[in-house]
Amino acid sequence: MSPACAVVLVDSTSRALRIEKILLSQGMTCKLIPVPRHLSSDCGVCVRILKSEMETIRTVLNEHQLNDLEIEVI
Amino acid sequence: MNITAPDLPSSRAKDGAIYLDNAATSWPKPPGVARSMCHFLDEVGANPGRSGHRMSIEAARIVYAAREAVASLFGESDPLRVVFGLNVTDGINLALHGLLKPGDNVITTGMEHNAVMRPLHDLQQIGVEVTQVPCRVDGSLEPERVEGAIRSVTRMIVLNHASNVCGTILPIREVGQIARRHDLLTLVDTAQSAGVLPIDMKDDAIDLLAFTGHKSLYGPMGTGGLIIGERIQPADLHPLRQGGTGSRSEREIQPEFFPDRCESGTANAVGLAGLLSALEWLRTQGVEKIREHEKALCTSLLEGLAGIPGVVVHGPRDADRQTATIAFNIRGLEASTVGLRLDEEFNILCRVGLHCAPSAHQTLGTFPDGCVRLGLGAFNTAADVQQALEAVSQLAREAG
Repeated sequence: MSPACAVVLVDSTSRALRIEKILLSQGMTCKLIPVPRHLSSDCGVCVRILKSEMETIRTVLNEHQLNDLEIEVI
Repeated sequence: MNITAPDLPSSRAKDGAIYLDNAATSWPKPPGVARSMCHFLDEVGANPGRSGHRMSIEAARIVYAAREAVASLFGESDPLRVVFGLNVTDGINLALHGLLKPGDNVITTGMEHNAVMRPLHDLQQIGVEVTQVPCRVDGSLEPERVEGAIRSVTRMIVLNHASNVCGTILPIREVGQIARRHDLLTLVDTAQSAGVLPIDMKDDAIDLLAFTGHKSLYGPMGTGGLIIGERIQPADLHPLRQGGTGSRSEREIQPEFFPDRCESGTANAVGLAGLLSALEWLRTQGVEKIREHEKALCTSLLEGLAGIPGVVVHGPRDADRQTATIAFNIRGLEASTVGLRLDEEFNILCRVGLHCAPSAHQTLGTFPDGCVRLGLGAFNTAADVQQALEAVSQLAREAG
């Protein structure tokens, strides 16, 4: 069974890439994927993370002034 | 020669011509630039930021890496404040048209390129007031004259960092500090300085930095843009173009965040792949090292030209106070004749005329006849300079 995941919703691919870079540099697991349709009608990407790392990631993002981002369990 | 690379390109064209027109565009490009562009076309290919599949994400990753490389070169901490466009002109137009409103006053200098002067002229038609601060005859600017021109309605100061005609370096840091004291914005045109002079958004107090990729950043044409400092909020800057950004697709209004606000339509990702490679090369070499190399060539060229009877050199005539762009005339010969004869008889390629900068030529006293411009680059050698001096010397002898 695949591990439970969540996604960080972002407003642009550039921002997704910035977040990916930050998370990877901190040893977190993440991957850019298309935004699931039930979360947004946007055509862009989001950052998939492990649900188990969700809270740590929220803290990391806050440290980088990225505290306005929604994180949704999928 | 201090510039190093395992497969250093030659400044000589296949037909033996010596390329001395780097102020127009740099040539050759560092090894790897063309390869990166081919790689993008052959193997990456997809539209950056428009889809979520792996090829699109790889394309977006390359564009983002280019954004980071540009931000890092100019000391900007947020890569998302790097807006890509066609070139430096695009960046300047975005800043001027996007921020200035009727009733605003904008201060500029007597050494500007038409990339600044034409948009300003256009803005005058809608009620923006333009003050042009004169420069000295060598193109240099006294910062206090800029401060003296500030009025209550002044909103911005726009100036180039180095003249595209004669290389004169303008005191951008002093002007930036003056602007900060008076709560004004500073827009710097770095077309001729990015990659050869150290530039830092914070240390130099720059709010808007327009850059081009194809000159001394050594990338391909069709790359450039604007770095937007943190004193400017997205809502304050009206974009030149609106359209698809790959973000907020459910809405029909332009996104209010950078860079998407100002980057509609598919990016020149092929060009940006080349620019990324060029910036990696530049970082490996170091801006200071390239500057030292060009300064040494510039000094040789200036000293050589000073010793040729009949040659009049324009600008500071001092490698410390200018970039390696040298302007001159030969008494008794039209600049266009000199350019043609250098090309046809001496295999030397340069640019003559007014260089899209009538204001600068008026300052230098070379309007409307123009002058000959030799633009040295990182790949030029002492032998190139020597050959150019011999050619100019012969032309001057014949004219005398």
